[in-house]
Amino acid sequence: MAQKIIKALLRNLFAWIISIIALVPLLLILFNSLKTSLKASDMNLSLPDFPLQLSNYTVVIEQGKLLQSFINSSIYTVGSVFLCCIFSSLAAYVLSRNRTRLTKLIYLFIVLGITMPVNYVALVKVMIFLNLNDTRLGIILLYAAMQIPFSVFLIYGFIAKIPVELDEAGIIDGCSPIRLFITIVFPLLKPAVATVVVLTFLNNWNEFISPLYFLSSSTKWPMTLSVYNFFGMYYRDWNMVCADIVMTSIPVILIYLLGQKYIVSGMTAGAVKG
Amino acid sequence: MNKKKVYPIYFVFGALIIYIVLFVIPSLIGIGYSFTDWSAYSDKLKFVGLDNFKTVFSSDEDYMAIIINTLEFTFITTILKNVLGLVLALLLTKSIKFLNFHRGIMFMPSVLSTLIIGMIFQSILNPATGLLNTFLRSVGLGVFAGKWLVTSELAFGSVMAVDIWRGTGYIMTILIAGILSISTTYYEAASIDGANGIQKFRFITFPLLLPTLATTTVLNIIYGLKVFDMIYALTNGGPGKTTTEVLYTAVFKKFGTGQYAVGTALSSVMFLFMVVIGVFMIKIMTKDEVVE
Repeated sequence: MAQKIIKALLRNLFAWIISIIALVPLLLILFNSLKTSLKASDMNLSLPDFPLQLSNYTVVIEQGKLLQSFINSSIYTVGSVFLCCIFSSLAAYVLSRNRTRLTKLIYLFIVLGITMPVNYVALVKVMIFLNLNDTRLGIILLYAAMQIPFSVFLIYGFIAKIPVELDEAGIIDGCSPIRLFITIVFPLLKPAVATVVVLTFLNNWNEFISPLYFLSSSTKWPMTLSVYNFFGMYYRDWNMVCADIVMTSIPVILIYLLGQKYIVSGMTAGAVKG
Repeated sequence: MNKKKVYPIYFVFGALIIYIVLFVIPSLIGIGYSFTDWSAYSDKLKFVGLDNFKTVFSSDEDYMAIIINTLEFTFITTILKNVLGLVLALLLTKSIKFLNFHRGIMFMPSVLSTLIIGMIFQSILNPATGLLNTFLRSVGLGVFAGKWLVTSELAFGSVMAVDIWRGTGYIMTILIAGILSISTTYYEAASIDGANGIQKFRFITFPLLLPTLATTTVLNIIYGLKVFDMIYALTNGGPGKTTTEVLYTAVFKKFGTGQYAVGTALSSVMFLFMVVIGVFMIKIMTKDEVVE
């Protein structure tokens, strides 16, 4: 009996140690974002003194042009998530419902994109050819392209669980294919689409490589790129850098807290066969 | 019901066109360009055969070291993330207080931008003022305080450790779902037969978890071969010439210096490598769906 209690205690202790290791770097950033530049130069874990230096945040918003990059990130993320959801669910729907040799091949061809690396150097050539280099539309389309393979995979698996009888009933009632999809099938896809929204939001908000290659004008930079640039200029003022990091991370942390169950279900799709 | 009419193929076009134009075509023309002398300095392209690949695989250049670095990074982080992730998953499927809190916190590093994590750890691993060395000195372990990111002996290990800190929670989460999907009847039967905890793991959990472990392994491999943000923010390939240089950072440097042909040749080597892994992975991921 005593042995059991000790075991349970050790287990709990171990869990706390790991959680603290996961949490400390994040707390470090939060604490130091509220200190003066001098106090933050040590980057230690002491709690910030009162009054909290909330002015760090206002300074960063002005100096780091955070509002502009926040708007940029939002445009890129929302735009690409929207495109990705529409196109992926349309494609997955038809590929899943009408299984011929051709559609199976198309499905595998798209899903292969999950592992493919992007050839950024050659992509520049394509982007210039399409007049998409250094444009917002280009980034949106690119983000969508990178997320389509996994989204199609996820929704395709989900559609198989929706009974075909619903489609048949709709057809008998005289639905056109588009209306059938919009009024009957798409509403039923909500859980899968929610997962796609959350995962593509996180990935696209955090995306750093494509803007690095394809956005030369700083007015179009998303938050990741501007936080990195800010870090280069203000590396002595860790309080400012921390404030910038906190603000760049708030959206993803919010989405994570709100959409936790969708993240887990999306990540484990394909990984776990129940 | 006429399937062709009800499920028109043009529904697929939107996704397919974006994917082909911005994803597949660059990879294919990239292979084409890697046989030329494409660079920022001349407008005319000349066919140079396998020259770029000879450069990439020649022993006089650093590219082999870069490829080996990438493979080493992938291999070591994959193994350690899987092992640690499995340990944590086993722990967090037992009765523990605040279970969901622990699961949520441990997963958190995976949702943050890897670039930002790189920046945070640049501070934590600072030899003089960083949190890690300060902590080690304060508990009397000052002898272990190292020059983490700045010496060639420690830099690569430090980068990998940061990546393991970042990615283990993700693997753990997938493995937790895998463990929870194992039917409890197996464990009940084993208990009746008098199996202990280790035997239950050895004969039930582990074998039934193997497919999930295969997927996490493949996911880690894909991530590892493509790693960029983290290394770019932590060391950008340094210290020295190639200590922590990996494929994607090398490609970006070639892009920056205008040596496009070598950059695209490196990408193409990676592309062919990943197609093989990709086909293998799709077999795992779609085995229930496509084979009917």
